[in-house]
Amino acid sequence: MSVRVFVPRDSSALAVGAEAVALAIAAEAAKRGEGITLVRNGSRGLLWLEPLVEVETAAGRIGYGPVAATDVAGLFDAGFLRGGAHGLCIGKVDDHPYLVKQERLCFARVGVTDPLSFDEYRQNGGWRGLENAIAMKPSEAVAGVIDSGLRGRGGAAFPAGIKWKTVLETAADRKYVVCNADEGDSGTFSDRMTMEGDPFVLIEGMTIAGIVTGATQGYIYLRSEYPHAERALLAAIDTAYDRGMLGPDVAGSGRAFDLEVRRGAGAYICGEETSLLESLEGKRGMVRFKPPVPAVSGLFGKPTVVNNVITFASIPIIFDRGFAFYKDFGMGRSRGTLPIQLTGNIRHGGLVEKAFGVTLRELLYDYGGGSASGRSIRTVQIGGPLGAYVPESQFDLPLDYEAFAAVGAMVGHGGIVVFDDTVDMAKMARYAMEFCALESCGKCTPCRIGSTRGVETIDKIIAGRDRGTDVALLESLCDTMLNGSLCALGGMTPFPVLSALKYFPEDFGLDRDRLARAA
Amino acid sequence: MDPETSQRIEVVVERLQHLPGALLPMLHAIQDDLGYVPPEAVAQLAKALNLSRAEVHGVVTFYHHFRTEPPARHVLQICRAEACQSMGAERVATQVRERLGVDFHESTADGAVTLEPVYCLGQCACAPAAMLDGEVHGRLTAERLEALLATLKVSP
Ligand SMILES: Cc1cc2nc3c(=O)[nH]c(=O)nc-3n(C[C@H](O)[C@H](O)[C@H](O)COP(=O)(O)O)c2cc1C
Ligand code: SF4
Ligand code: FES
Repeated sequence: MSVRVFVPRDSSALAVGAEAVALAIAAEAAKRGEGITLVRNGSRGLLWLEPLVEVETAAGRIGYGPVAATDVAGLFDAGFLRGGAHGLCIGKVDDHPYLVKQERLCFARVGVTDPLSFDEYRQNGGWRGLENAIAMKPSEAVAGVIDSGLRGRGGAAFPAGIKWKTVLETAADRKYVVCNADEGDSGTFSDRMTMEGDPFVLIEGMTIAGIVTGATQGYIYLRSEYPHAERALLAAIDTAYDRGMLGPDVAGSGRAFDLEVRRGAGAYICGEETSLLESLEGKRGMVRFKPPVPAVSGLFGKPTVVNNVITFASIPIIFDRGFAFYKDFGMGRSRGTLPIQLTGNIRHGGLVEKAFGVTLRELLYDYGGGSASGRSIRTVQIGGPLGAYVPESQFDLPLDYEAFAAVGAMVGHGGIVVFDDTVDMAKMARYAMEFCALESCGKCTPCRIGSTRGVETIDKIIAGRDRGTDVALLESLCDTMLNGSLCALGGMTPFPVLSALKYFPEDFGLDRDRLARAA
Repeated sequence: MDPETSQRIEVVVERLQHLPGALLPMLHAIQDDLGYVPPEAVAQLAKALNLSRAEVHGVVTFYHHFRTEPPARHVLQICRAEACQSMGAERVATQVRERLGVDFHESTADGAVTLEPVYCLGQCACAPAAMLDGEVHGRLTAERLEALLATLKVSP
């Protein structure tokens, strides 16, 4: 009997040698006359163990990792095809402490199934949400999405159902569903892992959005830095058309929905939804004034649902298991689960999907195992390049949109970047301004000019000729950007800058007690 | 422009002209095919899409991804964003610049490598990261990076 062996094709696994491992396993099996079926799954999200090879045995899936191509012969010698003992063996993967306490709703199949197998997707709960959505009245369906409490996972956390309701209730000859797959924030890859590891879930979520709101055309705006995700999406979309889940008659409903992938071109600002729409229309990614919101007048001036990959990927299970099922997870007004990404200087980096309410400390130490360098964790940046730097004194914060906002921080897309005590926070503040200057769309002065002035001013503070004056200048510059920018790029770049200054003044050559004196 | 290049651009135009918002898909197809967007393509696309040359030029220059010069045989992109910085992206950048003898946005004199910065490759748990000709590489220790650079066969 042929043994199923899993070697991830997730790009993080490929980045650390999974392709060579897959080739070595195939060659070694052929040489030894062992019958194996090689499955190229997504990643389980235990990224420090990649390449993580799994073998299906009577006792469940046994994992080995991180495996190098040079380990393969030894694994065969140890009888890994029957789950044999070996130094790299981590036991039954489902029982791994990193996974047992996770609440995987979006990520239920990622790393488990063959991402491109339509039938495996169905056998594991796929397409049931779509069937339920087709059977519902659209008004019931949008009310349900509102009831589920699902908020946008791209950053702004706006209730998804309210957006859908607006699109449903805006009459138009044509409506669109656009997926924001621009995932530009450093420290994030949950969109990427979903698209590479379970592309049908995104297709199903977008199709449900189309059926419910009356939109007939969908676009996935995918950043150009994700060629592996693009290949997976294109293959899955082809299959979905072949199997009647996309096209003129979605799942026999008599309703049409078409879906296309469009590639971005390396502009961070195109993650902002109106800039993204401009880009989809073939223009420069200049941010639009709002109102009108895209739900009323979006792509080509038509009502448009714009949601993040994870927002859409949360939809099928909500329609499958029920609106209340989803709402039961979480705390306060943050309902459901969030795929959190532990990144940067962290020992056990990877993907942790948990209900809202988990604390930073649990994430960083229980899951993350502390820093990768073994030094103490000094700060984390959450929510991408526009997110504040959070000091150790706030690590007991629960993951919750409102709790974070209360201390000037942001959950954003759930990426956590860890820095150890060697980090120079003046440099990080400078980088935040530099990034803003590099990526500004140029529409407003506080962002375009202010960010460049910000870099210069931080340089002066570091040089230290007249720190008092320069710090005051930086603070007033940040104030202008906060209040005078059209979008969050200029409007939120001050958060990382000011938090670095507030919590780590010594890195700017300032008195440690500056904070206490100011209070 | 040589007729062959012009011909190849025309093929792209014909294939994609029916798309709504066709300009970005066309620019991508041209760069995928030729490695860059030749300045002369601007006029051709402007004509096909009924836009001014200035509009097309504005789009090409707005996006970091599009190149207006032919790249070297290999394109090496080094991630410079925060998660990679926390794991030594600066060290990686220094090592690459010294080893190749070029700065970002430059190519080696022998035409082997073009060096570009990139801001996150979605490999932030396997930092520091880089992309070489569309393939990602993570956990770039000095040794792993040296092994990668050795494959580029840059003449000394
Ligand atoms: C500068 C900037 C960059 C953004 N980048 C992204 C991004 O990469 N991905 C994303 O989903 N949302 C991004 N957003 C948020 C979008 O504007 C928008 O809120 C989101 O696509 C809506 O989807 P959601 O409600 O499902 O989150 C960005 C916003 C700003 C201001
Ligand atoms: S804040 Fe910056 S990126 Fe946003 S609209 Fe203004 S100039 Fe453009
Ligand atoms: S920050 Fe370098 S890969 Fe994300």
